[in-house]
Amino acid sequence: MSTSAPSLAVWKFASCDGCQLSLLNCEKELLAVADAVQIAYFPEATRGYIEGPYDISLVEGSITTGEDARRIQEVRAVSKRVITIGACATSGGIQALRNSADVRDFTEAVYAHPEYISTLERSTPISAHITVDFQLRGCPIDRAQLLEVVAAFVQGRQPRIPTYSVCVECKRRGLTCVAVAKGMACLGPVTQAGCGALCPSFDRGCYGCFGPQDSANTSSLADRLASAGMTSRDIQRLFSTYNVGSQAFGAQAQREQGGAR
Amino acid sequence: MTRRTLAVNALARVEGEGGMFVQVRDGQVEAVTLDIFEPPRFFEALLRGRDFSEAPDITARICGICPVAYQMSACLAIEDAFGIEVPDEIRLMRRLLYCGEWIESHALHIFFLHAPDFLGFDSGIDMAREHREVVEAALRIKAAGNDLMSVVGGRSVHPVNVKVGGFHRLPTVAELQAIRPRLAAALEDVLAAVPLLAGFEFPDFDQPYLYLALGAGQDYPLEAGRLTTSTGSDMPVAEFGEHVVEEHVEHSNALHARYDGDPYVVGPLARYSLHYDALSPMAKQVAAAAGLSQKCRNPFRSILVRAVELAYALEEAVRVIDDWQGAAAPAIEVPVRAGVGHGATEAPRGLLYHRYRIAEDGSIGEATIVPPTSQNQLAVEGDLRAFVQERLEMPDEQLSYQCETAIRNYDPCISCATHFLDLRVERR
Repeated sequence: MSTSAPSLAVWKFASCDGCQLSLLNCEKELLAVADAVQIAYFPEATRGYIEGPYDISLVEGSITTGEDARRIQEVRAVSKRVITIGACATSGGIQALRNSADVRDFTEAVYAHPEYISTLERSTPISAHITVDFQLRGCPIDRAQLLEVVAAFVQGRQPRIPTYSVCVECKRRGLTCVAVAKGMACLGPVTQAGCGALCPSFDRGCYGCFGPQDSANTSSLADRLASAGMTSRDIQRLFSTYNVGSQAFGAQAQREQGGAR
Repeated sequence: MTRRTLAVNALARVEGEGGMFVQVRDGQVEAVTLDIFEPPRFFEALLRGRDFSEAPDITARICGICPVAYQMSACLAIEDAFGIEVPDEIRLMRRLLYCGEWIESHALHIFFLHAPDFLGFDSGIDMAREHREVVEAALRIKAAGNDLMSVVGGRSVHPVNVKVGGFHRLPTVAELQAIRPRLAAALEDVLAAVPLLAGFEFPDFDQPYLYLALGAGQDYPLEAGRLTTSTGSDMPVAEFGEHVVEEHVEHSNALHARYDGDPYVVGPLARYSLHYDALSPMAKQVAAAAGLSQKCRNPFRSILVRAVELAYALEEAVRVIDDWQGAAAPAIEVPVRAGVGHGATEAPRGLLYHRYRIAEDGSIGEATIVPPTSQNQLAVEGDLRAFVQERLEMPDEQLSYQCETAIRNYDPCISCATHFLDLRVERR
């Protein structure tokens, strides 16, 4: 690592650690990454740290507490570029299911003394609080996409991250369509590519962990699932997972909840 | 009156966000807390009303480091509620996937989170400056575990292939054989690293722990088993709740789990000390080479026990692949019925318990999840108390650093624990 190498910081909010682990999971590239950037702040991996400002900040997790809402402002203030990594940071994560419930009920269900718990009513993505320079999707993110984004920011170019659907990747791999051939419920048509059509390659329908693609027609897909015999409740569940906080998936889940059919 | 405070505001090289606070007054350790400021995510609450089939994927999101543990415990608990048991070949494929997680997680902890403490580096990446070969070998071992998970589970973080009743698709023999040489080579890498680990300087610190681990007869505990303890108990997993009670206490920052009223320990030390006999001859040789006896009560030596388990998991993975005869179907039929089910498996950090009450329509009425880090919380605090009390003469900086190491002995996964832990938003 040269002293002129751009500095990298990794921050965590409400999350499972899986996306920052993806950086450590780049086993073949990790030492090369450590040569190309100065890892200035990454508490999961190192107890050393270098004071900001930082050239690139990777942010994992969603905002669920007042303290974190304050802390993310500090992250923005010390970062030239902020990249969110994963579904929590980008759309609020699975914990955004609380947004359509009463968070007090949730607290009482888990904790004997809800009064000790301080939490916000909603789980929100980082972009609801600060300006974000790039949002990397996935629950978890894809390692190769992470490397591409970090490389792009180091080189000062746009990351090459496709915004088309999983169906494109699925066709490219030559997989048989699990929805057409096997009648499986598959969110591939409305989900952004990036996983390499992983679920269809394991004989299951896509469950949307990369979130909505750029022109997701969720209502059309929901109509098709309903005509194939799926209940509103099951369709609602299908759209209510790791990206329920995204506009497209959240709105479709709401429509199903409202008894659209 | 003299007062001394040791505080580590943000613990590094642990999964999740936590801090440590030790207060000494007049030569006596008074307060010891492991502070948790990881925000709660309410998994038990958001599982209510979900379909049983969603539990393995949803609970995986509790932890990106040990998602398979969550998937496996969830499947066992739900299968128990439905009164079914998967056939042996599916159990073996689960064991293989689980070996991948142990390999990945133990390699990460041994070489990147824990060894730097003993060698005096801030991180595994810094360690590469002087120990490049070791770090490169560690990366190969870790990659072999991750790639095994990808072969069996689709990917290493939140695998997509697990479901109640089995798998969506079984890996082919060709896929399994393709990964085999990497696993065998990784085992050689582990064996080569053992002398380095065994040469570390370990504080003298044997503790009178109560251990709890699964017991699986001839097999070293992993994907199934009964509850066994160092006090000689042996009982079905369904009795977990009769012995383990958790309290939600304000300033302790955790839901403290106790076994029949006492603090206890789960994880590598418990598994090893209770079930040394179930290790393979090769794993026993690794233990001997590492200087371990058949029981281990020094938490600082957990890095050696993890190395034994890492070698075992690699050998076991190769064995399962070599014995693999295929299965009649990737999953068995799942007859939905109302009921309560219990499931426990051995996450890399220790026993992970799930309990579900399921309604007639297959929806989850109630979920209880007890992760290993919640169970070890009291023991970690007890270790810190005893450790500091015996080393009051040490300067603050050195003592704080050793306390950090003492916490990392447990490979705490704060992200896991946090859906139970109290939240204390105080960044000192």
